[in-house]
Order: sequence, then C-alpha cells, then structure tokens
Amino acid sequence: MSTLISSPHIHGGDTIRANMVAVILALVPSSLVAIYMFGWLAVFLFVICIGGCMLTEMVCLRMMGRSTAPVGDGSAALTGLFLALVLPASVPWWMPLIGCVVAILLSKQVYGGIGYNPFNPALTARVVLLISFPLNMTTWIMPMHAGGVPQVDLYDFAQCWALFWHGPAALGQGLDAITMASPLGHVKTEWSQGIGVAEALQNYHYSYLHAFLGGEAGSLGETSALALLLGGGYLLARHIISWHIPTAYIATVALLALIFHQVNGEHFAPPMFHVLAGGLILCAFFMATDPVTSPVTPRGQLVFGVGCGVLTWSIRTFGGYPEGAMFSVLLMNSAVPLIDHYFRPRVYGKGLR
Amino acid sequence: MGGFPGGVHPSQQKLTEAAPIRECPVPPLLILPVKQHIGEVCAPLVDVGDRVLRGQKVAKSQGYVSVPVHASTSGTVVKLEEHPVPHPSGLGRLSIFIEPDGEDAWDESLTPMPDYREQEPSVVRERIRLGGIAGLGGAVFPSFIKLHDHRNPIDTVILNGVECEPYLTNDHRLMLERAEEMIRGMDVIMHVAGAKNGIIAIEDNKQDAAEAVRDALQRIDGTEGISVRVLPTRYPQGGEKQLVQALTGREVPSGKLPAQVGLLCHNVGTAKAIHDAVVLGRALTERVVTVSGDAVPNPTNMSVRLGTPMPFLFARAGLEDLEGMRVIHGGPMMGECLPRTDVPVVKSTNGVLAMKSGGLYSEHAVEQPCIRCAKCVEVCPVGLVPNELAWHCRHDQFDRGQEYDLFDCIECGCCSYVCPSHIPLVHYFRYAKGQVAKIEQERAFAEQSKARNEARDNRLAREQAERAAKRSRVKQQRSKTTDAKPAAIEADAPEQEKKGDSE
Repeated sequence: MSTLISSPHIHGGDTIRANMVAVILALVPSSLVAIYMFGWLAVFLFVICIGGCMLTEMVCLRMMGRSTAPVGDGSAALTGLFLALVLPASVPWWMPLIGCVVAILLSKQVYGGIGYNPFNPALTARVVLLISFPLNMTTWIMPMHAGGVPQVDLYDFAQCWALFWHGPAALGQGLDAITMASPLGHVKTEWSQGIGVAEALQNYHYSYLHAFLGGEAGSLGETSALALLLGGGYLLARHIISWHIPTAYIATVALLALIFHQVNGEHFAPPMFHVLAGGLILCAFFMATDPVTSPVTPRGQLVFGVGCGVLTWSIRTFGGYPEGAMFSVLLMNSAVPLIDHYFRPRVYGKGLR
Repeated sequence: MGGFPGGVHPSQQKLTEAAPIRECPVPPLLILPVKQHIGEVCAPLVDVGDRVLRGQKVAKSQGYVSVPVHASTSGTVVKLEEHPVPHPSGLGRLSIFIEPDGEDAWDESLTPMPDYREQEPSVVRERIRLGGIAGLGGAVFPSFIKLHDHRNPIDTVILNGVECEPYLTNDHRLMLERAEEMIRGMDVIMHVAGAKNGIIAIEDNKQDAAEAVRDALQRIDGTEGISVRVLPTRYPQGGEKQLVQALTGREVPSGKLPAQVGLLCHNVGTAKAIHDAVVLGRALTERVVTVSGDAVPNPTNMSVRLGTPMPFLFARAGLEDLEGMRVIHGGPMMGECLPRTDVPVVKSTNGVLAMKSGGLYSEHAVEQPCIRCAKCVEVCPVGLVPNELAWHCRHDQFDRGQEYDLFDCIECGCCSYVCPSHIPLVHYFRYAKGQVAKIEQERAFAEQSKARNEARDNRLAREQAERAAKRSRVKQQRSKTTDAKPAAIEADAPEQEKKGDSE
C-alpha cells in the first residue's frame, strides 16, 4: 500500500450531521411554543416545510446524478424547519411548498449544494414569498392564549385543515377577519397616521412580558423570545455558534434604538421593543449565525453582527417594510467574503509592536 | 500572560504512563541511517568489515547544520547500503549495518567533563555537537546550533516536558526516572547559553513528574534559577512557539527562532542526552521510546539503541506480527504513518504506535464540503483561517496561500481534528508548502541559468568587440604608415553583468 496517510490520525468526532441535529434540538422549545400557540396550523407547516425541503433536495441531487446521501445530513430538514418558523401560520399549503423549492433549489443546490450557498436559504425563500405574496405574508392569525378571542379554534383539526387547504373562504370569513397586525406593523401604520409610538403600543395592548414569553402575533418561531434564548444558549454552550454575532447584532439594534428613542421618544420605538419584536432574536441566534453564510473569523463576526443590527434598525425605522431582520441578514450575507478577507485574526509572531 | 489561543483536548490515551522505562535488548542487527537530523547528510567513516565500538563516530558531518552518527553498540560493520528510513515516503537512505558482538564496549574518545562549568562554553558546545545531539522531541534540529547566537543573548532556558501528544509518555517517564541527569543537562545548556534562568514546563496531567523534578531540584546545588511550571493540559502546548507564549507571553517573530526574544527551548530528553555527552562523555546511542497503540498487547516505554528495527521493538511489547497494522512514527496528531515497517529507530523516534488498520481516522475519512463552521479558526493556535487557506492550497493558488500565511502553519493538526466535514486541511497545507518549495527551486535554477547565459553572451560580445578593435587597429596602421601611433583603442566591452540575487 503506497497511499499517503496524512496526520492527524485521530479526530474529535464532530460531523456535519451532529451540527445540524444540534441546531434542530435548539429549535425544539420554539417549535413547541409554536404548536402551543398556533395548534394544528403549526404542525401542518412543520410537516410540509421539512418534507418539502428534503424532497426537493432529493430530487435535485438525483437530477444532478449525485449521491442522495446528503439528504440524511439534516441540513435540508433544518432549512425546512427554519422556513416553517419564519412563515405566518395562516399561509395556504402551496405557499410553503414554493418556499421549499426556492430555498433548496434556487438558493442552495444551484450554487453547488451544502457549504456553497452565499445566502441563507430559508430567508431567501421568505423574501421571495414576501415579495410575491405580500398580503398573506404580512397578516398574522390571532394566536391562542394571546389574550384576545381567537376567531378560529387552532386546536380544532377540521377548522385548521379547511383553512390550510382551502383558505379562509372555507370558514366563511375573510383573511382580515381572522388576522391582526404584528406589533412592528402596527406601530408603523399608526405612525403613518400621525400616532406616536407610546400611544400606538397602548392601543395595541402591547406588553413586554407577553412579547418575551410568547403571545404577540408573528411568524411561528418569532413569538417567544424566551424559547429562542433557551435554544440559543444551548448552541452557545455546545460551541455550535459563538457569541460574537448574536451579541453584536442585538446590542447594535438596542444601542441605536436607545439613542434615537432618547432623542425623540414619540417617533422612535424604545430599545426593549425593538429587541423583542419581530424576528430579531430568531435571526440573531439562528439565521445570522448560519455557518455557511456568516464570517468565520471572530472580528469578522462582530462586524457582520453590527452590520446586521444597523440594517435591521434602519429598515424597521425608515424602510417600507415593518420588519428588516431578514433583509439585513441577506444583505450582510453578500458581504461575507469581503469581511472574511479583511478581518482575519492576527497571526502569531506577525505585526508585533 | 499565560496560555495560548486555540488548541484542542484530544483523548489522552497515555496507556504507558505508569510503565517504567525498560532496557530494550540489543537486536541481532542495527541499521544506522547516515542522516538522523534536520540538515546536511553525513558521510560514512567506516567500511564493511570494520570493528566499531559503542559511541564511536561512524559517519561525520559534511556541513554546519549537521551532527555525526555513532555506533550504538560494539560490533562489526557488515553492510553499507540504502535502507528504508522512518518517513511517509517509504524512501531509503544510505545506512550502516552493524552486527553486535555482545560486548557493548564503549569508545572512550570523548573524555567526561564533570567540570563543565569551568570549561569555555564553546568547548562544551563542540562536545555537544560531537556527541551527535539533535532535538529529541521529534524535530531533530542539531542542538549545538541553537545553543549559541551572538546577536541575541539568552536570558531563560525552557525545558519542554509538555508532551502534549496523546499516547506518548517517553518524556513523562524520563522526567520521573532521570530527573537529575536531565537537570544537570539543563545546567550545561544554561552554562553554554549564558542564561541565568530556567523553566521546566510540564502539563498538569503529569503531576508526579512535576513532583519528581521539584524534588530533584532541591537535591542538586546551584539550581536556584530553575523553576518548574505546571501548565493546564492542552494540545499543542508542546509546540515551541506555543510554549514560549504560554510561559512568557512573548511571541517568537514569524520566521525567527526563540533566541530572538531571549529564550532557548530544548526537550527534556535532549537535556538528558546533553548530560550524558558532556558529563559522562557518552555520545547519543540510545533514547527512550514509547511503544503503544491499540494493537500492542503490552504497551511500554523502552530505552532503545538507535538503529533497532521496529519489528524487533514491537516484538518486545508483545506484538510479533505487524501484518495489517498501521505503524505511526510519533504521536497520533503529528506523527507519520509509515508505509514500511522494517525501518530502524532513529534520533527522532519519540514513540511508535501500532494501530489496527480499521481504527485509523486518517485512512478512512471521507471529505465533505466545508460548511464554514469556523471551528478550525477557533482552534488554530497561530491565528490562521484554515478553511480559506485550504481552499487556496487545494486549487493551487499558492500566491494567495502565502498571502494567507501558509508558512506560519505549524502543522499541529488541530484544524483537521475538529473539522466536521473531515477535510484533511493539514494535508493540503503540506502539499502547498512542498509545491511552493519546488516552484522556488525551479525559479532559482532558471535564474541561475539565465545569469549564466547572460554572462556567456557578454563574453562573446566582448571577444567580438576585441577582435573588431584589433582589426581596425591593423587597418589604421596600414593606411597611415607614416603617421604617429594612433591612440590605443579601448574595446568598449560591456562589463560582465553581476549575478542576480540568488534568492
């Protein structure tokens, strides 16, 4: 045997699959909260998104004549789970399916499959859906246990199935009747009508505690900051992600919000509202830290996090969309090669004094 | 101060830490390659049929970066021919085969120097060179060279007893059992280097060794400047640069030696060998070797004569048949997998591991795409971005690779060890370093050829010009026979161009 066997001859045992499974585990609390709040609708979305993504991946690999083994590495399932968590519960069945194809085919496999995609697949899919179907993607069904009286009993399989399969018409209602605005959307609309932040939050019956534990309207996975923080903490503890991106991201948003809120509290929402609202925590711990599409160097990760933070706050405050987290992450994704090149660590014995 | 960035915690597997150093018997045939160090090859001094004594010089240095080779027992030279050496290529090198006579008689040409403190440092240094001492930690750089650097005074000598590689325990046992000789050797090093302070660095998985060394320090007079430092166990702390950083907070400038920052590092085994060469007048003929691995029934530490064939060594540890085994020369993180097992123990052999073929990660790993998880960046003790560097190396973009500090890589293997995609990153770095060296060599050769060619063109042009000048002179003389002598015509030959930089 003349094959060259190169050291090291031992390995720590880490695998791609183990990484993916860890992230899926970290999303369990959020997923359970989603099911608790959105009942069967959440279950349908999880099944169709995860199944759709894995199926798309399988078809893509087969069409390219490659081994279909990577379907089992958990990355497609994770993308599906992510996609479900960033969708509103009230979308009809075909919309997440389009999302699956966009995420896996257009945003991952055309670039060469796992490891080669420049943009976060789940967020790309969400943006495509948001731009294509703005109405469905910005109306939020009233969750269970949210204080108000839900128009649809989300724990009733038949009602949910009818809504999922045939749309709100099957329940004899318009989409408007069963949905509500998210806090971010509400504040934005009220401001356009000349109503200040404090008053808008008042008439929304907004509560920080609700937003932290879960209970405000929003996408499946956005609602409970607590569940997301549990998962994020797990990832940090297992060294799947490092603290740099989430910390820089959230701190930047909070800092900007604080400064501007101090300057003009009537126009600019307070920092705590920004941190708990929308997809910020989900994006900070799970989307912006997606290894493939984020920088690898610690300093680069800080820069990336700050960039995401500035963009998120700016889009929320000055942009046309109420939420900017996904756009900011995707925009920063495109800067990753540049960031990685210019923010490398200092090499031992170089640049001394 | 304290610590170094990155690093990993591989499973220790120190199966032999409680196994005392055994004397390995002299094998029926010793095979001594004429080069067992980093540097220039040695020339054999003996011929077939010659009788040699233990410690007799059998091959002499042919350059500065070199140390001689000595017979490791008394006997007869039976053969001088190429034989495989422990190297991943499986290639051979000229070796001296000695058949022992069983007497093990010492050559007494090196006189003991117990009064080394009274001797000139240069005399002691020359003795260390003559003793054939090269770094026994595995790098086998000739020790005498590091001992003297007139530009950089040494303030502290560091003795490296870190032994961070899994499985290996030869330094551990040496510190436990030969602490006094080691400390004396360190004192020799401090005398030659003119250093006042010494640090003996030991990881905290070897507390007993630290105790033994502390006890020995108390027993020996004149060792006040030497202290023992126990460091938290982490690979690759035993790397020279990492150890310097962990102990002193200083960094060795890129491409330089620790002397640049006033430090001198030696392995504990080297210190013991220096003691033997200087104080006892015994050249380097044996070393401590850990024989371990999951295929070895009785893993052990042995004091082994240089030149002992590996199969003989493994047989002493209960492993008779090496068929189907993977033999690793060194530890599992940086050691080399040997394609041939009939190689001898050399100065760099700190351990040999026999692994069952199925158990070797490096042999079975299937590379998958990088998912940019950044774990390699996190564990790299040098501060490289291994995933990007590997990308460039893999695609033969060597200029880009050098821009990403390829040559600062110490090949510790931490990046490959943690990679979830099982990418053999270090392998790519080695490949790229080799290719760059080759390209540099070719460039240097091309430049030399060009310079030679230009010189020849210039010479031809000059000769032609001289001939032309001579002709015109003759013509002038003919046409102006009555005129005064014309002024001497200097041929305006272009000066021979200076040779370009050889770099």
